[in-house]
Amino acid sequence: MAIAALGLYSQAIILFAALALFTSFIMLAQTRMMPLIFTFAWQGLLLALVSVLVAIVSKHPELYVSAALTFTLKVVLIPWLLYRLSVKLNMQYDAEAILHPTLMLLGGVALVIFSYYVAQSIVHLSGLATRNTIAVSIAIELLGMLLMCARKSAVAQVIGFMSMESGIFFAAVVATYGMPLIVELGVAFDILVASILFGVFFFHLRDSFGSLDVGRFNRLSEANEPMPLPEAAGAPPPEARS
Amino acid sequence: MTLLDVTLLTPLLGGLLLAFVGHRPLGGWINVATGVVTFCASLAMALEVFAHGPLLSSGRMFYIDAFNVYLVALTAFVGLTTSIFSRPYMRHEVERGRVTERRLRLYHSMYQCFLFSMLLALSTNNLGILWVAMEAATLTTVLLVSLYRTPESIEAAWKYFILCGVGIAQALFGTVLIYFAAENKLGGERGDTLLWTVLHGTGTGNLDPAVITLAFVFLLVGYGTKVGLVPLHNWLPDAHSEGPTPMSAVLSGLLLNVALYALVRIKMLVDASLHTNLAGNLMMGFGMLSFTVAGLFLHRQHDVKRMFSYSSIEHMGLITFGFGIGGPLATFAALLHMTVHSLTKSAIFITVGHACQLAGTQRIDQIRGLIRTQAPIGWGLLLGTVAIAGFPPFGVFISEFLLLMATMKSWPWLTIPLLVGFGVAFAGLFRHLQRMVFGEPPPGQKPVKANMLPVVVHLVLVLWLGLAIPSFLSHWFEQATLLISGASPL
Repeated sequence: MAIAALGLYSQAIILFAALALFTSFIMLAQTRMMPLIFTFAWQGLLLALVSVLVAIVSKHPELYVSAALTFTLKVVLIPWLLYRLSVKLNMQYDAEAILHPTLMLLGGVALVIFSYYVAQSIVHLSGLATRNTIAVSIAIELLGMLLMCARKSAVAQVIGFMSMESGIFFAAVVATYGMPLIVELGVAFDILVASILFGVFFFHLRDSFGSLDVGRFNRLSEANEPMPLPEAAGAPPPEARS
Repeated sequence: MTLLDVTLLTPLLGGLLLAFVGHRPLGGWINVATGVVTFCASLAMALEVFAHGPLLSSGRMFYIDAFNVYLVALTAFVGLTTSIFSRPYMRHEVERGRVTERRLRLYHSMYQCFLFSMLLALSTNNLGILWVAMEAATLTTVLLVSLYRTPESIEAAWKYFILCGVGIAQALFGTVLIYFAAENKLGGERGDTLLWTVLHGTGTGNLDPAVITLAFVFLLVGYGTKVGLVPLHNWLPDAHSEGPTPMSAVLSGLLLNVALYALVRIKMLVDASLHTNLAGNLMMGFGMLSFTVAGLFLHRQHDVKRMFSYSSIEHMGLITFGFGIGGPLATFAALLHMTVHSLTKSAIFITVGHACQLAGTQRIDQIRGLIRTQAPIGWGLLLGTVAIAGFPPFGVFISEFLLLMATMKSWPWLTIPLLVGFGVAFAGLFRHLQRMVFGEPPPGQKPVKANMLPVVVHLVLVLWLGLAIPSFLSHWFEQATLLISGASPL
């Protein structure tokens, strides 16, 4: 289908969706914390814009609620929370090394192709104007997952997680014009609570590990043998944890 | 106000109340009282459903049928008995200085909120709300896993949060896909098509096979993470071993069941639309893998709670395998196994909790001579392990035997890995158990204040289910089997 054959709104939807996918790639390659958080906010803004456009095209007013939820959570609240925490934990200038940046971006490309392949079998069922962007929503979700797997910093993992959620929300908007309202509210509530809990965890992580680098986690692993027992009976155990 | 409202609202209100007074000595009692009210209401509701058939609430928000009503009653029951155990246990932890008063308040409040989210997941009629409740279950328990604030517990909680979060996000995507399939085929009122009664009623067999297959894969990965299926199980042993013991008991006894319940509900939809056994085969594969791998991992554990959490993975694998086989006999066995595993495993965790307080450690090689020091704890652990290993006359034996028979009927060659797996798991449990229970206690080991009532009640129930399943219960299981597999086992 030629792009020019679509209406202006539909073209705009495709444009913004493509830009949102582009922000996912930026996040994959972005090593510094602050730009990462801002890119995430931009992605949220683009997705909220798409929701508004879809609401106009499809004349489904409940999509405005969905757009408002995305805007409040993904553009305002979560980035603000992450920003505040980064400043408080004094890590706003932190950057983390990405092991194989080229490989990761190529992996991202492969995931996008895979999403188009997956979406192919289901897109033809949909009669909605937005069906071309279903593959993009799957790609955003998978790229979020890749971000989570590839990064060791807790902040980047949280952003990957939230980006995944954005992708799924977006999938609901473009595939079915949004989930039932009560479900959307429930999901938004869960995400809100999750983001607060993540904030709590940042402090716990820093207090116990001295940093938010979850790559230092090594205490709970099947590969580790426990410490040897003390020789003398009745001596205090080396790591009494009951 | 209906009985369902009471069942759901009591834990929610209890959780809110405990958020303010949970640290007082009264808090533990309020926790127990909430459990009593919830359990009584759920039992009355179960009897009502038993007498009058499925119950659809006004507004079609909630749907209670033979399958979920027994899980509601089981959840409320285990929630009650564990709260009875947790009151003195948590007092003891406060006295030892491992938990501050503020965290005790958090613990009590979250305990009830967790029960609420479990009951909501079980009773809701909406697949979207089911997801919301499952995610809420993670959110309410994640701070409890890190309650002790040790580096290990924080690592475990972070792992639990991230892995379950990612996993369950896949399930949300699967739910979106189901909604997509239903919107396409069913039409009708928007927002209705995610209702179980609509999907499984008028929608039966109408959903597009390609979409529903894709949806099932996502949902299997998503809810499978929460069930603890290998290779998505990594969070489970950590979360169980590092959190407070009452939490391990309810995670093992309830959360895993509820996640599996969600999976089986989805399987019912998929089966009706696909007319093949794709969903069943996938579940059998994952189930068998979990069963085998967890059985092997039992052998190399050094932490007693970790060991029993691997045993939970093993049993959940077995139940998933049973539901995967399909067929009335296997489904009946899986339902029975869900019940007896939940009862036995929570009893074991309660006993293990006391044993750890007694020995002052969770290390298997430092727990010694339980029977000599405090006979009830030692015998409780011994009998619980005997029961979970599948010895007659306990109920676990019956369900495993039925499952073996069903396997022999439909997949004869799979009985061999199944029998080998039972043997491996048995050896894994008993090589550690003997030294913990018998033998000379270390000098200075003193008895602790322990309330063994919940353990006794659970084990007696399991024994009863092994000797003779009461007729109303077997009728109940039969109805649930009929609902899931489409045929009666008798």
